[in-house]
Amino acid sequence: MGAKEKQLKPQRRLKPVSNIFKHVKESKIGLIKNLIDKARLKSPWLLHFDCGSCNGCDIETLACLTPVYDIERFGIINVGNPKHADILLVTGTVNHRNKKVLKQLYDQMSEPKVVIAIGSCALSGGIFRDCDNVVGGIDRVIPVDVFVPGCPAKPEAIIDGVILGLQKFANKQKRK
Amino acid sequence: MASTVIPFGPQHPVLPEPLHFKLKIEEETVVDAIPAVGFVHRGLEGLVSKKDFIQMTQVVERVCGICSAMHGMCYCMGIEELMGIEVPKKASFLRIVWTELHRIHSHLLWFGLYADSFGFESLFMEFWKIREKIMDINEATAGSRIIISVNVIGGVKRDISPEHRQWILSTLDEVEERLKRLEKVIYEDFTIRKRTVGIGILSKEKAYELGASGPMARGSGLDIDARSLGYGCFSELDWEPIVEYGGDCYSRAKVRFREMLQSIGLIRQAFQKMPRDEEICVKFNGRPEGEVISRVEQPRGECLYYIKGNGTKNLERCRIRTPSFANFPPIMSMLIGCRLADVPVIILSMDPCISCTER
Repeated sequence: MGAKEKQLKPQRRLKPVSNIFKHVKESKIGLIKNLIDKARLKSPWLLHFDCGSCNGCDIETLACLTPVYDIERFGIINVGNPKHADILLVTGTVNHRNKKVLKQLYDQMSEPKVVIAIGSCALSGGIFRDCDNVVGGIDRVIPVDVFVPGCPAKPEAIIDGVILGLQKFANKQKRK
Repeated sequence: MASTVIPFGPQHPVLPEPLHFKLKIEEETVVDAIPAVGFVHRGLEGLVSKKDFIQMTQVVERVCGICSAMHGMCYCMGIEELMGIEVPKKASFLRIVWTELHRIHSHLLWFGLYADSFGFESLFMEFWKIREKIMDINEATAGSRIIISVNVIGGVKRDISPEHRQWILSTLDEVEERLKRLEKVIYEDFTIRKRTVGIGILSKEKAYELGASGPMARGSGLDIDARSLGYGCFSELDWEPIVEYGGDCYSRAKVRFREMLQSIGLIRQAFQKMPRDEEICVKFNGRPEGEVISRVEQPRGECLYYIKGNGTKNLERCRIRTPSFANFPPIMSMLIGCRLADVPVIILSMDPCISCTER
């Protein structure tokens, strides 16, 4: 990690969830929290970021949303705003220009969050590992929960990865 | 009047790729557009010093996932010309089949994103549903859906069996029938015409001056198609470049739609004229020496490879000029003077491929 990366400050944290319950009775808070946790698991929102891939994994991720694979039947929606998202899908290698953008996106997402790395480039740098502008896999910049291998990863593998990510998501909620 | 600068990208819902524009705006009109690139730059051309010239085939296929077969074909054609390798005729026809399949799936993908750019979600789903048929063919014949890696120096890796041939032809019939049903929507739908006719006009002179290529040039009335050079076995097939004269987003969409139907025809012809029971790959000795320029027509336009070998296993230089790179100056001139709401449609009408542009 270079000196530049340390200068990246995390974005301002969102207000803690407890503030929402200002006007709710003490006894009911636990109940509502449980409900939110359950609902979140049934409809996780995705944020997809292309971090320098060759488009192969990107279009496979998009193909997951279309009628043949239809990931939306699990209640999953692809959103453009990191603050709305629960799951971050990242494809491609990290380079010196977009690592800042990736870090910012990750910091803007609210807790709990899961990161899924798709394709061999996101895992280790893949075939581009030796290139001069490539930092490596995305785990050099942000923590990763699920790794989906393949060049490019097949839609079935990506769906499998997302389902695995949801299990981790549930565990993170419990720990919170 | 004071102008506002609106950043467009790099992370935005229109395109999956990180494309960044700074749009200078006065009221609703764009007065200046500045592209900022480098988010996908990997320094891929530098790999020639680390991988040998046979491994480079796999590297150049990953310049862009959407037109990977064309990149592999262009590189292999260049090396074959350098080393004087005669490719078997059957291999040339098989290359045409796979590259035209790639052209169809790339255009289908583009039509989906194009429909999405003006909010026609159901059309997006419809085009991607058709695209899966082509993906199935790729998977059955080459073993992978997108990066199919069939091109090797000296020919192709795999053959297409007669049973597969029958199945491919019947699948293509189905695809053609479904496309014909959507033809009316793309050509005549009120909403689509409102959003595309007369938007982002590029005149014939301007297209020539700024060096547009592919459907951008052909939509403006320029008859430029690298396939008419007759590389591979294209000279033996019966076809003509498709040209439209409007110069707006609508004409460019029309060019791409007609090209998809043409590609289906080209695949049928290639299967008819393909010789039977012949070898598909030749062995070769030696290392490339000298320099060569090889050109192919990709879905987005003309792709050019400059290859220089010095008699060792590593090449000295492999320069790639991709069509999206050539299409950036025309898009800059089209954006100036347009309305802010039309920016996504205009940018998409070029079919931007950022991983191609930046490599």
